[in-house]
Amino acid sequence: MKDTDIKRLLYAHLLCIFSIILSIFIPSFFLENFSILETHLTWLCICSVFVTAVNLILYLVVKSNVSSKRSSLSYKVTRFLKCCIYLLMSCFSFHVIFVLYGAPLIELVLETFLLAVILSTFTTVPCLCLLGPNFKAWLRVFSRNGVTSIWENSLQITTISSFIGTWLGAFPIPLDWGRPWQVFKVFGFHMSSILTFQMAIERKHNICRSLCVCTRHCCTNSRILTTTVQGRFHSHFYT
Amino acid sequence: MQKISVLLFLAWIGFLFYAGIALFTSGFLLTRLELNNHSSCQEPPGPGSLPWGSRGEPGACWMASRFRRLVLVVIDALRFDFAKPKLSQVSGEPPVSLPFLGKLSSFQKILEIQPHHARLYQSKADPPTTTMQRIKALTTGSLPTFVDAGSNFASYAVAEDNLIKQLTNTGRRVVFMGDETWNDLFPGAFSQAFFFSSFDVRDLHTVDNGILEHLHPTMDSGEWDVLIFHFLGVDHCGHKHGPHHPEMAKKLSQMDQVIQGLVERLENDTLLVVTGDHGMTTSGNHGGDSELENSAALFLYSPTALFPSAPPEEPEVIPQISLVPTLALLLGLPIPFGNIGELIAEVFSEVEDSQPHFSALAQASALHLNAQQVSRFLRTYSAVAQDLQVKELHRLQNLFSKASADYQQLLQSPQGAEAALQTVITELQQFLRGVRAMCIESWARFSLVRMAAGAALLAATCFLCLLVSQSAASPGFYFRPLLIPVVWGLTGAMVCAGLLAATGLKLDLVVLGAMAAVGSLLPCLWKAWIGWGSKKPLTALLPMPEPVLLLLLIRFAGFFSDSFVIAEARAAPFLLVSLVLLLVAQLHWEGKLLPPKLLTGPRFGFLTPTGPSRHNGLHALGLGGGLLLCIRVSGLFHRCPEETPACSSSPWLSPLASMVGGRAKNLWYGACVGVLVTLLAVVRLWLRHYGNLKSPEPPVLFVRWGLPLMVLGTAAYWALASGADEAPPRLRALVAGALVMLPRAVAGLAASGLVLLLWRPVTVLVKASTGAPRTRTILTPFSGPPTSQADLDYVVPQIYRHMQEEFRGRLERTKSQGPLTVAAYQLGSVYSAAMVTALTFLAFPLLLLHAERISFVFLLLFLQSFLLLHLLAAGIPITTPGPFTVPWQAVSAWAFMATQTFYSTGHQPVFPAIHWHAAFVGVSEVPGFTWLSALMVGANTFASHLLFAVGCPLLLLWPFLCESQGPRKRRQPPGNEAEARVRPEEEEEPLMEMRLRDAPHHFNAALLQLGLKYLFVLGIQILASALAASILRRHLMVWKVFAPKFIFEAIGFIVSSVGLCLGIALVMRVDGAVSSWFRQLVLSHQRAGEQSSLVYTGAGSSAREAQPHLLPSCSQEPLAPGTSSFYNLKP
Repeated sequence: MKDTDIKRLLYAHLLCIFSIILSIFIPSFFLENFSILETHLTWLCICSVFVTAVNLILYLVVKSNVSSKRSSLSYKVTRFLKCCIYLLMSCFSFHVIFVLYGAPLIELVLETFLLAVILSTFTTVPCLCLLGPNFKAWLRVFSRNGVTSIWENSLQITTISSFIGTWLGAFPIPLDWGRPWQVFKVFGFHMSSILTFQMAIERKHNICRSLCVCTRHCCTNSRILTTTVQGRFHSHFYT
Repeated sequence: MQKISVLLFLAWIGFLFYAGIALFTSGFLLTRLELNNHSSCQEPPGPGSLPWGSRGEPGACWMASRFRRLVLVVIDALRFDFAKPKLSQVSGEPPVSLPFLGKLSSFQKILEIQPHHARLYQSKADPPTTTMQRIKALTTGSLPTFVDAGSNFASYAVAEDNLIKQLTNTGRRVVFMGDETWNDLFPGAFSQAFFFSSFDVRDLHTVDNGILEHLHPTMDSGEWDVLIFHFLGVDHCGHKHGPHHPEMAKKLSQMDQVIQGLVERLENDTLLVVTGDHGMTTSGNHGGDSELENSAALFLYSPTALFPSAPPEEPEVIPQISLVPTLALLLGLPIPFGNIGELIAEVFSEVEDSQPHFSALAQASALHLNAQQVSRFLRTYSAVAQDLQVKELHRLQNLFSKASADYQQLLQSPQGAEAALQTVITELQQFLRGVRAMCIESWARFSLVRMAAGAALLAATCFLCLLVSQSAASPGFYFRPLLIPVVWGLTGAMVCAGLLAATGLKLDLVVLGAMAAVGSLLPCLWKAWIGWGSKKPLTALLPMPEPVLLLLLIRFAGFFSDSFVIAEARAAPFLLVSLVLLLVAQLHWEGKLLPPKLLTGPRFGFLTPTGPSRHNGLHALGLGGGLLLCIRVSGLFHRCPEETPACSSSPWLSPLASMVGGRAKNLWYGACVGVLVTLLAVVRLWLRHYGNLKSPEPPVLFVRWGLPLMVLGTAAYWALASGADEAPPRLRALVAGALVMLPRAVAGLAASGLVLLLWRPVTVLVKASTGAPRTRTILTPFSGPPTSQADLDYVVPQIYRHMQEEFRGRLERTKSQGPLTVAAYQLGSVYSAAMVTALTFLAFPLLLLHAERISFVFLLLFLQSFLLLHLLAAGIPITTPGPFTVPWQAVSAWAFMATQTFYSTGHQPVFPAIHWHAAFVGVSEVPGFTWLSALMVGANTFASHLLFAVGCPLLLLWPFLCESQGPRKRRQPPGNEAEARVRPEEEEEPLMEMRLRDAPHHFNAALLQLGLKYLFVLGIQILASALAASILRRHLMVWKVFAPKFIFEAIGFIVSSVGLCLGIALVMRVDGAVSSWFRQLVLSHQRAGEQSSLVYTGAGSSAREAQPHLLPSCSQEPLAPGTSSFYNLKP
């Protein structure tokens, strides 16, 4: 049972990464002048749509047998609406948190909100898929000893790593290197969020080990990132 | 004894840090080597004949003098674009009407009418662009280094060779009028001088009017050869109003008239030079090296034709020090020995002679003299000091010898082509420019040994802090073993120093301090290491939990990047917010945030909460949210560092006096007064909540009546200060007097409040009542005569019972058996009440030193720290008997908040951003830069460091204070009721801060631990900035970013450590006072020969219904045997 779950997990995460990569290449066939750096906002929208879609598909395929106990249409509709409301709420609350974190209130509203959206797709959407619109269950998963299954374990780790990645993404903002990806200040958030997300996903096969080991990995992971960032500072200075 | 040893140990740690800082500073902030050689007429700068064979001519030196006399007008901060005409000619752009444009119209007029007589240049000043450095550069022709920037207001005489010295040596009469700085630089050099104080930057007119008064009489008297004017009005106007103010236009017009007057009076043998010493930023400040600060206007005018051609369309850009060799040769003086400037070649053309060949030859010979002098200086300098790059030096020397040989060759064959002359000129210019570039590159000499030793000392002290603070948390901690090696080490160092002094060795004070520090540090470190290393692994030493360590590491690493140092105003709140979110997340993770019923759903019944939550979860969430909001709002009071282009400083940082609109000003003033009142109300509310406002002690009375007076005084001062310019002329004197007296009164009130607090720090309400504690009767208050039978039925038995008890009480008293109950309220918050009161007293004078609207930040500061303390208290468990600990996250959050408040009070760690106006609060006239003004400016700059350091013990006290809220809000679980009835005191008694008193040893250990942890967090900051400054000492930004950051961190650290010791000393004073208070209480009751019992109440804001309960577990040493103590809480 556990082994099959781990396999499924691995495939699910691989699919997620694949969808992110696809979202880089596919739109260039349909849209003119599409590139990640220049039209990053469009790409972010597309990326979040892709990830959401993949999550939904996974949910329908993998977990359908678990949650289809009650199958009346009205129940499904209300559940869906509830999910939408939750997603929207999470977007807005993330936006508020970003502003409290120091993002400008009026300028770059669109960028900040898109960041909130993409962070929601990486955190809230999987939560909604796995746990449903059940806030108590969410709170339970994100507390000590609150994890009951391997799926929840994976959810916990990916979500926390996404937060850490977003947080780390703020660090290149004050640098004056003049790189193209720094032009959009908030964009730093995005890249790193996705990177860390992928890194966290790649580490998922370790999940059969204990939770403790995995959280350690995340910690070291973030540390490595920080040190590389700092290391690049120094190299910047000496050149 | 323990208390004294704790304080001594902390002071010693502080001394170690100071010694490290001093050692590092002495190695890092070295001055450029100043040579004392002088040029002289008799000694030409190099071999070869002097041009024109001028040696024999009277008044001639290296070169024949072109002008007999000089008028040098220095207009402080005359930026280059102040001399520009109005931009009406520029096509395509809409004409901008900046107030400073086109005001110096006489320049343009002269340039148009007499193009061969005058020239306007854009002169580039080298950083630091402070007046003293610029004057030095303008007279010596060298590059004054950074260290001088610190001594701007206590300048020293110039020891190097300079123009003024050369002038007096050749017997010229130099007359000076203007800025007093010249007197400090050249004492006694002027034949006649009128000095005016430069320090009062609010005063636009005194200096200028003083100069104008003496200008014409002196000039007409003719008793001068060189006249120097230094006008300060433009600079002061920039500091006060900024360049875009209409006042600037007036000032520039006045300067224009002065120049016009001078031009009309010039005789043919006189040269007029008008120059600015530096520019100013858009906010009117200077000191850095931005484009606007660097560029100054330079205008030359001679009544006879001086230039061979008409001025170019766009004025030429020249280095500022070019003026020095130019003036020297024009006046027939030797070029000052240390000059590295390149003269302005076109001035030396032969105008009368139309042949271009002679013109070029004259230029080449002047340049050759200049190059010879610079080459001589380089040779001398590189023989004494090794800091110039050898390779570059060789290259330049070769370049010079080649150019020199070419020049000599040309002299031999005077019919040489003009092209050859031009190449020589180019070569000489290349040499001079190369020298200047090389000097700029390498003129900061460091003593690497001292820097490394200082950094190592800092690091070792940080490590010691870590070691001792961790071992102080263990239960079996003793102070004595720590102090012994310290004492031995210090004595050893003293003996060593004494021996060295006796043997006659001259010893540097810094080195001596460092030796003493190392001598005492090593045995202590060894001892602590032995005590530690045998037991536990090293990783247990680190600040835990890991995220906090990560945040501290990020903060440490951030010091190594100039971008992060510049952006620290944003980065510090970022880290603080992260820490706050982390705290909330951690609370949730451990199940303390939300009530367990939310977590234990039907499916997850097996989940057991880790412990009963002491706090309401939503309460903690609200605290976190409020904290984030406060941090964000205080971030709005942000001052931009100068480098960031797309950034505008908050307009709220300027004083109200600079606002123009009357209505907005009034509104803001009202808001500021509202903030003051809110601050007062918040403090009073807090004290009332914990009941300390009921005490009849003098400090409390002072809080009740003195604080409103202080608020009133501050509000009145602000009103007068913001409207001082609008006061009717008759009241001017009165307003000026009040402006001086009001701040003094507020400061005096605050000081007397602090003294009162130190005298009687125990703010406790004592009520002695007779009767057994458990049988207290409740009397209904008298409300008129009884009207009905029911009333009578109720009242009469009460009266009876009361009489009965009274009687019994008297009986018992005569038998001396009945216990006397002494109810002491607010003992539970006695420490923190004293702390909060002291902080309030400190905050008000500091508030007065800031601009009015910064009072919002002060209010936010209080709110923020209150919320943070509550949030931290929610996560800290109270370990009742055992060792108390202050977790790392608390200390780090406190330090982050201190940094964040430093920035949100409108400061930046750069010198131009210092709020100099703080030196004028409550001072009638400024005689100069005194220690008082230094103290006031320092208090303004480091206000947040001071407040947070003094308030640091609150981190230890607050969890105990919050204890009172838990049980009161929590309902007793139904099952426990029977038990609760039996032993109600165990559930209901909040001992609060008396828990600390019950374990004095652990209390002292915790204070030591707290102090060490705070010093560690500050210590790694100073260590990081020192390391950054030393590793990146050749970085482009070192003098602009890293060095000022290090200096600010160092001073901030000193302020913080002193404040920390003061705060801890205050807590200890309260502790001592509480002990003596207990002793007195017991003594007085024993003297009465009665068995007494004591009732403490924690948060008893109303003393009426105190229900005392017996608490056997608590013992009070000062209480005599036979007395019992009670702790109490109102139900």
